[in-house]
Amino acid sequence: MGYRRVAIIGAGMTKFVRFAQETGKELAYEASKMALDSAGLDLSQIDCVSVGSAPDAFDGVHMKGEYLADGSGGWGKPVMRNFVGGGTGVMNVIHGWHHVASGMFDTCLVVSEEKMSSAFPHPAGAFVTIFDHTTEQPIKPTLLWIFAIEMNRFMNAHGYTKRDIAQVAVKNKKNAIDHPCAQLPGEITVDDVLNSEVMAYPVNRLDVSPTSDGAAAVILAAEHVARRVCEKPVWIDGVGWALDTAYWCTRDLYYPDYVEVAARKAYEMAGIKEPSKEIHIAEPYDPFTYKELHHMEGLMLCKRGESVKLLNDGVTQRTGNLPICPSGGLLGVGNPISAAAVMKIIEIFLQLRGEAGKRQVPGKPTCGLAQAWGDLMQVGTVVVMRS
Amino acid sequence: MGKRVAIVGIGTTGFRATTPDVSYRELTYEAAVKAYLDAGIEPKEVGAFVATSEDLIEGYSISDEYSPDQLGAVLKPIHTVPGDFLQSLANGMMLVQSGFADLVVVQGLSKASNILNVGEVLTFAEDPVTVRPLCETPHAVAALDMCRFLHETGTTREQCARVVVKNRRNALRNQRAAHGTLLEACDVLAAPPVAEPLGRYDIAQHADGAVVVVLASEERAAHLRRAPVWIRGIGWATDAPSLDSRVWGDARYARLAADMAYRMAGIRTPRREIQFAEVNDEYSYKELQHLEALRIYERGQAGRATEVGATEPTGEFPVNVSGGSLGCGATFDLDGGQKLLEVVLQLRGEAGTPQLRGVTTGLAASWRGVPSATGAVAVLSN
Repeated sequence: MGYRRVAIIGAGMTKFVRFAQETGKELAYEASKMALDSAGLDLSQIDCVSVGSAPDAFDGVHMKGEYLADGSGGWGKPVMRNFVGGGTGVMNVIHGWHHVASGMFDTCLVVSEEKMSSAFPHPAGAFVTIFDHTTEQPIKPTLLWIFAIEMNRFMNAHGYTKRDIAQVAVKNKKNAIDHPCAQLPGEITVDDVLNSEVMAYPVNRLDVSPTSDGAAAVILAAEHVARRVCEKPVWIDGVGWALDTAYWCTRDLYYPDYVEVAARKAYEMAGIKEPSKEIHIAEPYDPFTYKELHHMEGLMLCKRGESVKLLNDGVTQRTGNLPICPSGGLLGVGNPISAAAVMKIIEIFLQLRGEAGKRQVPGKPTCGLAQAWGDLMQVGTVVVMRS
Repeated sequence: MGKRVAIVGIGTTGFRATTPDVSYRELTYEAAVKAYLDAGIEPKEVGAFVATSEDLIEGYSISDEYSPDQLGAVLKPIHTVPGDFLQSLANGMMLVQSGFADLVVVQGLSKASNILNVGEVLTFAEDPVTVRPLCETPHAVAALDMCRFLHETGTTREQCARVVVKNRRNALRNQRAAHGTLLEACDVLAAPPVAEPLGRYDIAQHADGAVVVVLASEERAAHLRRAPVWIRGIGWATDAPSLDSRVWGDARYARLAADMAYRMAGIRTPRREIQFAEVNDEYSYKELQHLEALRIYERGQAGRATEVGATEPTGEFPVNVSGGSLGCGATFDLDGGQKLLEVVLQLRGEAGTPQLRGVTTGLAASWRGVPSATGAVAVLSN
């Protein structure tokens, strides 16, 4: 099937920090303005705006899409927000793709913002009400607990150890040293991860990405516009998304089926038959260390149960054959939920243009992938990009 | 430009003031099953789903978690639009036009009766730094807008009251409506004020309900059982979200959304090319303000037209024959869904007692409610 081709022609992001002085609107403005400047466009050339932001409870603003609209350049324009929990960042780019690929618009400004520091005493409180009001909320689960369950199952199914998985934190935080917007870069060791505070076994503090404030934006354009205004457009060749059942207790958590379903759709659109060979670089969602590996398997970048081998062999290092999270990921750069996944899209955009600076992976990659995940371990969102 | 997109199935629970017998998931389930039966499809044939919800209205953080199961959308492409139902519809339309899916389902829901503190929830939509500390009732935002509208257009409170009388009476004849009743204009004017000049009856009461719509590409629609209703034009727009930078008294968002929809539909003189409309009337004056923004009536003329009965079901341009938000109930982001439902049923000749005769083109216009400045418009033809 022939799709109208859509390209990313500009990108911008703020620093990711624990407490931003700026309001949410201002963060959105900074990222949007930077994206416009990088594409050499002004707001009059933007046909529509797609806003992405995770739960309203973070910012404490009801109808957050409305609140962010002017900061996101949407004043007087068609503005539409989209929302799939933690998967929102990548979904936001897919949502922008809907706007342009449909032929209804030629350009779309895609803006993601998150200000988690507004939530007191801790943004984790916003997750108390994500659980089923009848069957789950009475036992007062937290987000960390359910991910601990998933991590445990993943480790047991494949015989992975905590030491294996801790290497993801070491790699990503090291990669983040070269990212100018990073919140938690650093040289750490596997032992640092293992010796950090246990949050909910087997999840230690350094297995978890931080809470962050930040915004990120990209500009999408139809082919005829992209070729006119941009020397190095990066094409969105495949998109896919899927939600699994909300009744997560009924699923075997060792494998993310929803990621596979989303990836298969994106690969089919992009004409990718062997993802592990045809994709040169990937930014799977890594809010927890084990998730990077879990998602690599779901994305079919390796066989089930083999992600740790790739990690051990250095294949997923920036200099390896399949660099994974060369940006530093959520573990290193930070995790302002929706903006974090747009940061991943921006990383692939820069890498494919050869503009990632110190983070540039060798070998001139031409095909990359970004993925996000969210809700009750049930959302997969995937974008395949080519230079 | 874009490929044609049709509505090939629609299902609803109808609207009720409260629904203690069913959960919000069951409301959606009922509407979905009806929509699939109406279209003659199975959910497994559907290429993508679009749900509609806002966290603080649903009472969940990340409320989209609970979107797939009751729609039959498990392990399918589904995402949520925290916007008006018509924005979700536009999203569904884009999914068909892009070629991603030839069958798309759009869902919207209101379980307003679950919300104990609507006023406080809406206060959280105001700017946390500049407006929220004023602790005004959210209705005050509409009252300010109404004052400006009445002042600028010469519309009277009496004319606004006539909207209430008309819509609540219309609702009596609509079996899907929750708040039908017989009122006189003097009852509306004499009601205790909530925020001057808004009296109690000028403000729509809430209702529960769900609407699910099945969209199809032209090729796919040709093989389905129902005669298609075409989405000829769709538009949505956001005006200044901040109260301080807004032009008051003027529904600029509706004008921009209508311009987009009319352009797409090739409509130059809406008043002549469209035969009836379902427009947001969450506050009495909003029906008049919206009709003017939609260029159905000149500025300042909608009130007069209402006064002489032009917008009655028997009038020259019937508006909110269903009872609108005042009669059916305000349904938050299902607003556009309630409007769309009634337009589709009218065009199909299935509206029941409120059925208009010989209509072929109708308009649905929604607003996201205070304090937003976002609205959407759809033009439909059979």
